[in-house]
Amino acid sequence: MRASLLINQRGGQVLLACMVALAVGVPALNLMVPASSAFHVPDYMVGLVGKYLCFALLAMALDLVWGYCGILSLGHGAFFALGGYAMGMHLMRQIGDRGVYGNAELPDFMVFLNWKELPWYWHGFDVFPFAMLMVMAVPGVLAFVFGWFAFRSRVTGVYLSIITQAMTFALMLAFFRNDMGFGGNNGLTDFKDLLGFDLQAPGVRAALFAASAMAVALAYLLCRAITASRLGRVLLAIRDAESRARFLGYRVEYYKLFTFTVSAVLAGIAGALYVPQVGIINPSEFAPAASIEVVIWVAVGGRGTLYGAVLGAMLVNYAKTYFTGTLPELWLYMLGGLFVATTIFLPKGIVGAVPTFGGSGGKGLGGLGKRFGRPSNQAAE
Amino acid sequence: MMMIENRTIEAADTVLYVDGVSVSFDGFKALNKLSFFVLAGELRAIIGPNGAGKTTMMDVVTGKTRPDEGEVFFQGDVDLTRLDEARIANLGIGRKFQKPTVFETQTVFENLELALAGNRKAMESLFFRLSGEQAGRIDEVMEVIALTEFRNRLAGSLSHGQKQWLEIGMLLMQEPDLLLVDEPVAGMTDAETEQTARLLREIAQDHSVVVVEHDMEFVKALDCRVTVLHEGSVLAEGSLETVQQDQRVIEVYLGR
Repeated sequence: MRASLLINQRGGQVLLACMVALAVGVPALNLMVPASSAFHVPDYMVGLVGKYLCFALLAMALDLVWGYCGILSLGHGAFFALGGYAMGMHLMRQIGDRGVYGNAELPDFMVFLNWKELPWYWHGFDVFPFAMLMVMAVPGVLAFVFGWFAFRSRVTGVYLSIITQAMTFALMLAFFRNDMGFGGNNGLTDFKDLLGFDLQAPGVRAALFAASAMAVALAYLLCRAITASRLGRVLLAIRDAESRARFLGYRVEYYKLFTFTVSAVLAGIAGALYVPQVGIINPSEFAPAASIEVVIWVAVGGRGTLYGAVLGAMLVNYAKTYFTGTLPELWLYMLGGLFVATTIFLPKGIVGAVPTFGGSGGKGLGGLGKRFGRPSNQAAE
Repeated sequence: MMMIENRTIEAADTVLYVDGVSVSFDGFKALNKLSFFVLAGELRAIIGPNGAGKTTMMDVVTGKTRPDEGEVFFQGDVDLTRLDEARIANLGIGRKFQKPTVFETQTVFENLELALAGNRKAMESLFFRLSGEQAGRIDEVMEVIALTEFRNRLAGSLSHGQKQWLEIGMLLMQEPDLLLVDEPVAGMTDAETEQTARLLREIAQDHSVVVVEHDMEFVKALDCRVTVLHEGSVLAEGSLETVQQDQRVIEVYLGR
């Protein structure tokens, strides 16, 4: 019994251990070990891996809806970007009169556009708790409203994927416009500090890194609590046989709505952690291609496991950093090839191919084990 | 009110009461003023050639399809034409699909647990704990459908026949008053077919059951009243022997 959950457990424990080790180890090795030492973690590495951790959180959010509930969202980048913009607005307000134009009330881009006063929707973002609430509420409410209409109208499969893609595209076009009041195509940047701490200081960057690693760990615990509950089993039921679940008396749309909204909130938090670490948020985060990339991370790592999504996001982004440095013109071909190869040879992703993670059984059904003729139900027995 | 075989039937005496129901898809009349009823506790077989409207009838009763006209009542006074699938399922109508549909990546036990009668609210399911009594109920049903030794097997790894039984078991877990069973023995071996007939007769002792089936041997084994559908309405009704001798039935169905 519960075979499929036990499989998840080992990978999850490894994930939690890794995140705690990163949260403690990387800041320590960055700040306390002298730069001359072989164990020193350089500043750029802290920023880079911190960014990967934010992507990992985004990937986990997508895995919750895609891997467990079968909703292939091609618009999760939008929730990430909205969380990022909410954080960016707070950081902009923190600049105060230290901007280029020295205007204490208006961000630089508004002064540049000759705006006389702060738009109403910018009010309150100078207060940190309010901004943090918005980081979660804006993506959450958008996902809830979007899901309410889509799931009640029983839009599923590729049609749902297409409208999520349209949603993020529409938001990108809107955020590109200067009169939206979010800085147009330049977005929000030139941030100075967060809660009074200088964002360029190594200690602050290390703290943001640790916060990102802990966010991944906490999000994993939350997602696992959801997927291991009866609600999680209903999600799998919906993924595998939606009409059967409906005729058993489950209101499928509410289960989807709950999961989609939780996932969007997690994506928003990922965006909010991302922005202070990279120092900018602009409309390119809404680009349809950005959302599709998230799908590739999850597929490569292995969906329906949560930790697989984290692994996929870290590995693919590391590869991206490496190859865009050495072979920039080939990277997109490699990314495409990686997706095709994963789909054909590793339908359950990397974790689905590793037997210690329960490769061939349970949710790891398929994959290499199946290819090599091992019975697919062995892990369940 | 309906007149059938000189008996006046009021909706109140029935578990399922279908009166004058029509459904058309793009001009094709899938159901054409279909009227029939099932008494409480009855086992009923519905036969008919392909396209006779058997599955559409089930869709209407379970809320998947809204009829263009006509009335459908459950237990005399619940108007099913206004309710959706989840609501109807929770009222006590279970449906088995033509193709066995179980949750393949979950175990036999988990499949039955998901079907367990009770609260279906999303938020409360986050904190659900299986009680000993409920676990006992699952064991009971597992015994009835002869899958006890497979309790920890993934449903996807069961044989075709076992999946059919598991789905019937899931219906039982719902504790419905009325079971609608669509072609339960399609693709089964003779031995499995026999076992399924026995299972359904057993279930019919304390449930109302409607079985749609093609297999005449199986219908014979069910030993119950038979309704013949043709082009969306009832062509004949009675015991299997009676309908098999009906000239119109022979023409449209049995004779072919």
